[in-house]
This record gives sequence, structure tokens and C-alpha cells, in this order.
Amino acid sequence: MSVTEPDARIYEPVIGVEIHVQLRTRTKMFCGCSLSFGDEPNTHTCPVCLGHPGTLPVTNAEAVHFALMIAMALECEIAPRSIFHRKNYFYPDLPKGYQISQYDLPLARHGRLGDVRIHRVHMEEDAAKQIHAGSSGRIHGAETSVVDFNRGGTPLVEIVTEPDLRTPGEVAEFGRLLQATLRRMGVSDVNMEEGSLRVDANVSIRPAGTATLGTKTELKNMNSFRFLERGIAAEIARQEQILHGGGEVEQETLHYDPQTGSLTSLRSKEEAHDYRYFPEPDLVPVAPTEEMLTRARDALPELPAARAERLERDLALPADTARLLAFRSELGDFFESAVEASGNGNVRTLANWTMNELAARIGDSDPAATELKPAALAELVAMVDAREVSASAAKEVLDVLVAEGGTPAAVVEAKGLGRAESGELESIVDQAIADNPDAVAKIREGKTQAIGAIVGVVMRETKGRADGGEVQRMISERLSD
Amino acid sequence: MSEELLGLTAAEQAARIEAGDVSAGEVFDYWRGRAAADDLGAYLWVAGETPDDAGTLPPIAVKDLFCVGGVPSMAGSRILDGYRPPYTATSVRNLQDAGVRVLGKTNQDEFAMGSSNENSGFGPVQNPWDRTRVPGGSSGGSAAAVAAGTAPWAIGTDTGGSIRQPASLCGIVGMKPTYGAVSRYGMIAFASSLDQCGPLTRDVTDAAILLSHLQGRDPCDSTSLGIPGGVPLPSAERLDGLRFGVWGMEEEGLEPGVAEQVNATLAKIEELGGSVERIELPHAKYGIPAYYVIAPAEASSNLARYDGVRYGHRSGNGDLTSMYEQTRHDGFGEEVRRRIMIGTYALSSGYYEAYYGTAQKVRTKIAEDLAAAFEKVDFVVSPTSATVAFKLGERTQDPLAMYLSDYFTVPMPLAGIPAISIPCGLSEGLPVGFQIAGPAFSEARILDAAHALEKSIGFEGVPVA
Repeated sequence: MSVTEPDARIYEPVIGVEIHVQLRTRTKMFCGCSLSFGDEPNTHTCPVCLGHPGTLPVTNAEAVHFALMIAMALECEIAPRSIFHRKNYFYPDLPKGYQISQYDLPLARHGRLGDVRIHRVHMEEDAAKQIHAGSSGRIHGAETSVVDFNRGGTPLVEIVTEPDLRTPGEVAEFGRLLQATLRRMGVSDVNMEEGSLRVDANVSIRPAGTATLGTKTELKNMNSFRFLERGIAAEIARQEQILHGGGEVEQETLHYDPQTGSLTSLRSKEEAHDYRYFPEPDLVPVAPTEEMLTRARDALPELPAARAERLERDLALPADTARLLAFRSELGDFFESAVEASGNGNVRTLANWTMNELAARIGDSDPAATELKPAALAELVAMVDAREVSASAAKEVLDVLVAEGGTPAAVVEAKGLGRAESGELESIVDQAIADNPDAVAKIREGKTQAIGAIVGVVMRETKGRADGGEVQRMISERLSD
Repeated sequence: MSEELLGLTAAEQAARIEAGDVSAGEVFDYWRGRAAADDLGAYLWVAGETPDDAGTLPPIAVKDLFCVGGVPSMAGSRILDGYRPPYTATSVRNLQDAGVRVLGKTNQDEFAMGSSNENSGFGPVQNPWDRTRVPGGSSGGSAAAVAAGTAPWAIGTDTGGSIRQPASLCGIVGMKPTYGAVSRYGMIAFASSLDQCGPLTRDVTDAAILLSHLQGRDPCDSTSLGIPGGVPLPSAERLDGLRFGVWGMEEEGLEPGVAEQVNATLAKIEELGGSVERIELPHAKYGIPAYYVIAPAEASSNLARYDGVRYGHRSGNGDLTSMYEQTRHDGFGEEVRRRIMIGTYALSSGYYEAYYGTAQKVRTKIAEDLAAAFEKVDFVVSPTSATVAFKLGERTQDPLAMYLSDYFTVPMPLAGIPAISIPCGLSEGLPVGFQIAGPAFSEARILDAAHALEKSIGFEGVPVA
């Protein structure tokens, strides 16, 4: 390892993230109310989640099950006994005046996802939602504020990483892997805009090559990975500017406004709460039994990271393609069904068609929800590979299959999209060469790009039924004589 | 028939109902009249009419802090003035299911914080034995109502002695069960790791009957277990072979008249075939300081929900912070505010280990002392209170003197074990209580011993009216 003098002008960012995941359980963390999103305010409430006098929490077993699955997916050590604490502070969205969370004995610790170490995984309850009437949209200056308790008590899992991330891009990449992993497990909607996945980033910088950590700031709750990246980049730039100017970074909590790109302070270190954590006396410890652990382990599907590796290894897919298919598990599932239907032929072409053509046609929806069957995609790709149908015609066929279903052969037949016969094609090519002397002259001068003009004419004449590559070859042959 | 009811225990009244001598509705009516005529300040609410289905057992007076659907449930606090909960406590439901109807809600120290009932937001309660004296607390209303014959029986809660001490001062039976025996769901919380619901009754049999209906595991309270084997009716008349360990008889502040009655009771134990020996609880003297850290710490968090946002009292028209401050200043009484301050301080960053951490260690030590005692003896006995009922206002200016009222009762909830107080005689014309504690879930054995002793003592105290 080469030792270089640290350059005080070059800074290395050090970033860790805290991620809150709303679990997709049937009921809330500590009461029997059903979960909801976007329902009429205060319709999913009961005396317990409204913090009525005398009520007591009861831990949701399904939430513990999901949390154990997450801890296992992140390869954590699961505590034989963890307990809940009360985190005390006053706020209108916190009906009991404390949040039930976990503190020094969390559910799990010491895991990893990809190259990032996981510090801890713990369970807690979500706060309710405040709505402020008035121009500011925030509590200061609001004329009235109202509270919707539907969200209050939704089960959350908080995942805290070690400060292993170095760039905004790495943070977003880690976030996407985590999102894909949780989505695959079916434990959360992981929708950043709706708040079922919330990412806070702890950002500090230090002179490159040094080991001590600088003062960190916390960037709160950004609602997309794009804004997350931009917010962190802005904060790194801000901290660099401070240090360059000889100043010191102050520990504070910041809000990034993606519209203006500005960072505003929410809370300084002095304003930090003393949460007066103490063990929650109303709940018994969480001590997972062998049976609970086995059930959580058995419920884990193949996770995206493992799937990407397998697709790359077993199907010889390029790493990027394997990763994309693994991260969008419904595309991956469709792809693998098509591979199976094809008898393991055309794997690469199938992957390309799934990632490019199919994905472009369905957007974010599940391919299984369209009329297209995996076997039909496999058959279509086989026809392309066998040159029975041109690529452009095949795309037209795919449009029909996605919208209406059926088999590729039937669609090709019905639409007359079969490959042009070679006799017919030869005469069209000859005619095109004869009709375009200018292009021919250029090609003969070595300006090979000009061949495209003649190919275009042929494709137009055959209405796309010809294979572009073959047409180009035929033209080249004729002109190289 | 009606006037006769006053002289009967609840079990005896139940027998008359069952025999058809009197209907449950007539019994309810009679007690409703008695409760409505209460002039001790024992009640905060009395049922307006007799329910169509009056059940099968005599009605019950319920400490205000039990949530009863649609009925004022304010825990003796102005901050919950007018609060009518949308649900009913499990313990009360269990009684309703057993055929017991709610007669009224009884006065108490605000949020169960007190030993004299003088901290109620709705005025003090007078002791029926001497109206210039306190009934004890915090379940002072329940104790006074049973003693004065304005309720056939009652339930209360005990956190540091809040059932046993008022039972002692009012000359009735009061029992704090093992932590977890009775569901806490619907009991407005004071200190969650200590609070426990229990009966206040005229005699030991009534206490056993109530406890048998109250106890049980509740899916709404994860800390509840019920009492394994339930609670049979006590029948013992002898104490042969049973060992009683007595403690605290040398304590400073133990009134000679109280000591005299307790010693006489110890002599009765021996007459009934039991043995008495002195035992030491070396850490008992730290019980009060530990209790007055742990209970306020939990209370400071439990009472955070009274913020004026969703229910109960609200003051102030300013911003959020001043609304919180004004609401809580106006809504809570002085003692409650004092304990919130103590508890908040004890949990603060930098002080937590020194206060809360140390208090929890003391709690463990006291539990170990008691466990060691139960290696040698079947029961640990003592006076319930060092004094008889004191004068109204006597200790209000001296919180520490008031806190010491719980000296003999605090170790049991800290250890989570059950204990009963039974009246054992009079000192200067006022009742003296005798406390019997046993290991966790030994309620049936405690009740049996108390039953035998009760018969031998033959305390005649109720009703006063």
C-alpha cells in the first residue's frame, strides 16, 4: 500500500444511511387497525393507536416475522433477546408522547448488503401525519394544523449502515439494491414517494487519506434516489466550501429542497432532543424461537444479489443484464420462464428482448399482467434468431402479443409479416441499386455509410419483412464485384 | 330485606340473590341509593339508573382510573375532566361477564399519586371512622365507600400500596395480586411496571371472589398471565405448620398502638398452629427511594399523552409549545407535576444510570431479599402502615413524610409479589392493618391464611354508618 501525504485540499466523503421501511403487514405494529394509504383521514384508528388513557400495546407477530426476514436477508446476527424502549418527546403526531422503538438491544446487528456493512436493524412504530393549513405548508406560520392518525402505528423497520459509502452514486446504488431486495421479499411497498421507503443520509468529509471522521450532518427524508444523490452532492459541496474557507462543519439536521437545490437547517446540535429512552414496561422482550427463525428463513426468496450472480454464472449473461433482470424481479421471473419454455436456447437474445423491447412496452407494470405469455416471447425470439422474421417485424408482433396475446406464428401469418422470399428480395435489392446511382457512387468511393440509404429503400419496399443485416450484405456483395 | 343488605358481605348478598330472596335489581337499587347519599367525597360518579340486566352479583364501586365505556373515567385528574372512554377495561369487563355491574366511580389521588387521597383533582375523601382524617390512598374513595357501607365491594389499584394502605386505614380487606395476575388494559397508567388491580372488600372471602373473576391472561396486555389454577374460595381455619416471618417491628415511626395490635395478631398466628420468627429484609429501607425514582420515571412518560391534542382538558391559544405548557400546568395538580419533574430528571441523559439504573438495581436486591425470606418462611408479615389514619392536611406540606406512608407496602410491588392487608384491631379507635405477603402467584395460600386469621381476630368494624 502506497503511503501518500494527505492532501488537505482533497476531501473524501464518508456517508452512512438510515433507512426506514414501512412493513406491509395486515395490521399496525401494536394494535389491530388495518394499514392504509390514501384513505379517508382517521378511519384506521382505535383507542390504542390514538393513545387513549389505559391502553396498552401488543407486538404484531407478523411484523416481527418480516423484521426477522429482513435481518436474515441482510445477513445480520439476530439477538436472542431484544427489547423495546420508549423514545420520549412531545409532538402532535405522536399520540402517546413517546415512540415505541428499540434502543440498546435491537433485533439484529452486524450484517451486510453487497459491500456495505449493516450496523443494526430494529423495529419501531411510525408517527401519524400532520397537515398544516396555510401558505407555508409547515407548522411555523400555519393557521391550523390537523392530524391524520391512519399512518400512526404503522410497523417500521429501521436499517442503519456503517459509514461505508463514499459517493452519492454509491448511496443511490445501495439504496436501489436494498429496495429491490425488500420488494422481492414482499415485506414492503418500498415506494419512496409514498414514504414506505425513507432514506436519511449522514454525511461527513475528511482529508483524503486520513482515517478520523469529520463532523457529520444528517440529511432528512429525500423522496427519490435522484434527489438523494443530488442532496448528498450538494451537502458534500457545502462542507467542502466550509473547510476550504477555514471554517468548521456544524453538527445539524438538514432538509434538501430538490426544487431550489438549497439546504436548510432543521435542527442544530443544541436543539437536539433528550429522548429519555427507557425500557418499555408494557411489552415483553422479543425472543425469537427456533420455530420463528426457521419460518423466517423458509420465507426468504432468492434475493436480487444472489439472483444476479446466478444469472451471470449459469446463463452466461453480461453482469449488467443479469443485474437489471435481478433488480426487477418480475421481469427476471418472466425472463426465466421464457428461458425454460425455450429449452434454454436463445438466452442472450431473450434477455435483450426482455430488458429492452418488453420493458419498454410495459413500463413499471408486471409482464405477467399482460396478455403476453413467456412461451410466446421465447418462440418469437427463436424465430428472430432463425431469421424466420426480421427484427423490425418481430417488434410489431410483440406489440400484438402484449396487447392481445396469441402465438407469434399466428400473428406473423395474420399480418403477413413473414420474411420476404429471397427471390423477391433479390429483385427489390437490384431495383434499389439501379434507382440510386448517387449512393452507389459514394459507396464505391469508400463512403460505406451511404449504404444505409439503399437499405432504407429495400426495407420500405418490403414493409420491414426483410432482415436489415441480410439486405446490407446483399448490397455489399453486388457492389463489391 | 333492603336494610338487611347493609349488614351482609357481598358473598352473602349473592347467596340471597341466588336463593331468590331479593333480585339483583333490588340489590343494585339499594346500593345506588347508598352511593348517591355518600357525603364523604368517596364517589366521583354514581350510576343514574339501575340497568335492565342487573347481573347476578352485588354491584361494584370502581376506582376512577378504570376506563368504563361511556362513563366518566378521569383518574382523579382535572386534565381528564369530562373524559368518557370509548372502551372498557378488561378487569371491569371480566367482572361484568361474571354478573357484576358498575355502581359508581370512586375518588382517588390524581393518577394514583398519593397516600391520603388529598391529591385528587376533585377534592379529598373523609375517613368514615373519623371525618377529620384521611382514608389513605390512592384508592381512598374505594376504601372509604366499602368501610362506610356505600358500596358492597370495590376495586382499586396498587402501585406502591394504594390498595393495602387505604384498606388498612379504613379497616377493610385489600389485596394486591402478583404483577400480571390481572390485566392492566384499561387501567389509566401511573407506573406500568408496578400497577396492579385488586379488590377492596369487607372480608377475605369477598376478596377471593372478586380476584377469581378479575384474574386471567388478557391478549390486550402482554404482561398479563392470570393466576395459574385460579383462585379457590378460602376455607382454612388453622395455620398448622405454616411459618410467618415478621419484619419491620423495630422501625422508627411505628406507632406503639399499631405495634400492639400487630403483636397480638402474631400471638393469634401461634394460637392457630403457625410459627412466627423475625426476618431481615436488608434492602427494604431503600424501597422508598427506589420506588420514588422508578414510579415517577415511568409516570413522566405515561402522562405525556395528556397534551391537549386529542381529548381532555386544553388551555392556551398560542403556539404549540405554549398550548402544551398551559394545558399541562392547568390540568395537572401539584403532586403530579412534582413527580413528572422528578421522573423526567431521573431519565435525563447523564443522570439515567445514577438514578433509574441504581433504582432498578435496588429493586432487584429487594426481590432477592424477599426470595431469600421465602426459602425460610411461607409468608412475610408486617404492619401495613406504621400509623393509623392521619389528619387531613397533616402531611400535605411534607412530601417526604407522605412518601414514608408506603414504607411497608412498597417492597412487594417492587418484587412483583402478592400481599393482602386485613384489619387486625383498633388503636385509639382507628383501624390497624396486618399485611401478609407471599411468593408470586401464592394468592390462594395467602387468602387461606388471611381467612383463618380473620376468623380468629373477629374484627367488627363495618359498616360504620
